[in-house]
Amino acid sequence: MNRVAIFILFTSFLLSSCNSASSVQADPQTPAAYIENKGSDTMVNLALAWAEKYQSDHPNVRISVTGGGSGTGIAALINGTVDVANASRQIKQEEIEEAKANGGNPVEFVVARDAIAVIVNPNNPVSQLTLQQISDIYSGKINNWKEVGGEDRPIVRLSRETNSGTHVYFLETVLRLGEKENKTLFSMDTLLLPSSEGIIIEVRQNPNAIGYDGLGYVPADLKVIAIAKEAGGVYVLPSIATVNDKSYAVARDLYMYTNGEPTGILKEYLDWIFSPEAQQIVAELGFVPVLTPSPVSSLTGIP
Amino acid sequence: MEKSLNWREFVITRLIKASGYSAILFVALIFIFLLREGLPALSDVKIAELFSVRWYPIEEYFGILPLLTGSLIVTLGAALIAVPFGIGTAVYISEIAPRWVREILKPLVELLGGLPSVVLGFLGILVLSPFLRVFLDLPTGLTAFTGSLLLGGIAVPTIVSVAEDALDSVPRAYREGAWALGATRWQTIWRVTLPAAKSGVLTAVMLGIGRAIGETMTVMMVTGNAPVLALKLGSLFSPVRTMTATIAAEMGEVANGSTHYHVLFFIGMVLFLISLGVNIAASSVVFRAKKRAERILS
Repeated sequence: MNRVAIFILFTSFLLSSCNSASSVQADPQTPAAYIENKGSDTMVNLALAWAEKYQSDHPNVRISVTGGGSGTGIAALINGTVDVANASRQIKQEEIEEAKANGGNPVEFVVARDAIAVIVNPNNPVSQLTLQQISDIYSGKINNWKEVGGEDRPIVRLSRETNSGTHVYFLETVLRLGEKENKTLFSMDTLLLPSSEGIIIEVRQNPNAIGYDGLGYVPADLKVIAIAKEAGGVYVLPSIATVNDKSYAVARDLYMYTNGEPTGILKEYLDWIFSPEAQQIVAELGFVPVLTPSPVSSLTGIP
Repeated sequence: MEKSLNWREFVITRLIKASGYSAILFVALIFIFLLREGLPALSDVKIAELFSVRWYPIEEYFGILPLLTGSLIVTLGAALIAVPFGIGTAVYISEIAPRWVREILKPLVELLGGLPSVVLGFLGILVLSPFLRVFLDLPTGLTAFTGSLLLGGIAVPTIVSVAEDALDSVPRAYREGAWALGATRWQTIWRVTLPAAKSGVLTAVMLGIGRAIGETMTVMMVTGNAPVLALKLGSLFSPVRTMTATIAAEMGEVANGSTHYHVLFFIGMVLFLISLGVNIAASSVVFRAKKRAERILS
């Protein structure tokens, strides 16, 4: 009795699997393809939004997106565990060499642009700073808000951890003012917070705090500082328009890296990322598109 | 029949013995691994640099002193909070509380011990740190003290439940003897019950401190992680960076085999040696106390 039941189960299983196999062959679409996508925490929301949209239009493709940091993503690409690495900084020379030693060949795509906003508590009367002032604040030369036109309060400096691409970018562009031989360091008492969220929570409740974060992550209830490139220059607030015309000083490119020229599904996905549809998502998340989409969205500011 | 029983007993004894010795084996293996990965740091970085005061690994500053003092000050603060509070709670539960209170309190304390540390960390940044900033008029609420308070909270359940067990196992005759001699309840607790349970209470304290010094997530979220040398008492109220938070924050992104990687393992080694030292100190105290007790009794 028992054996008969198992036999029936088994055959029906065989039959059904035959059925499904033939239906896949009948289907014009290829079976599910997987794209592993990992890297920059700055880009993780963007990469997720792209992946979700692309998957809903292409049900045969599965894209998994994880964060961890630019370095983590590039390391994973070098080790061959992901197909696409997201990075908020350009790949380093030694990383390229390491990849080549592993038989790889990283190919670079600038998929979006990002501006870093300097943020303070809404109750802080300071609303504009020069790059030099921000550099002096973070390097410890300016320690009180009254030195930059604010109240008599100590300055609490907030930064991302040293392994964050945003941290390195901020160090090079703001603290060192983009000068290669400049060796300015963060003041030792700079608070290094492990997440964007930590910085936002602290700035929201602490009137002494100054922080920085990707424009895409700054909530509306915090005050964004207008930045001038030099003393006497024009103070510019970050927005899609000001990043596009390069008048805002603290903006950068966001990259995706693949191992070798992408082919097949991967190529289709990357091509789609440069389409107006995908770049529209970039704008919606507060980042800056690489190509100008319809004139309406390119002129709207950050919500 | 008898033969099979012998055989079974043989296997079971061996199994129990093996699991006992495996603890030693694992600790030894971990230590060897730490040595192998951590010691190269000494050849990569000069010792003077390793014990300097600037930690900024992406520019090759590998001074671990700020991290060491950061860990110590947070742990010290946590111990100052958790030890009296934990032992006090244990004494209350075991000696003073009526039966029904005890029946409610003990599971509640143990529930507190099961709270995930990331939850406590969120509580720390959202509630405790803003409160401390305003209440103590500090520049920021993300300080060593905030970490100490939360770590104290994490260590208390461990201390309470181990110390309470130790107090509970003191024979009732000891207390009755003290009462018969006319000792008050407080005198009985302070002079008789607590000393009798000394080794268990000390173990509780050690486990609690061990829990505090090894805690990572909460500390990383609330202490601000600024690598500043913490030498004065005032440092308790400024941001610090602990060794555990440093390893947790940086290990994920470090290149395998680089100087930074070896230095992080070196920090792990230092942490290991600290907890080893604390444990040896504690067990030698317990051991000495036992010997004295035996001498008096014999």
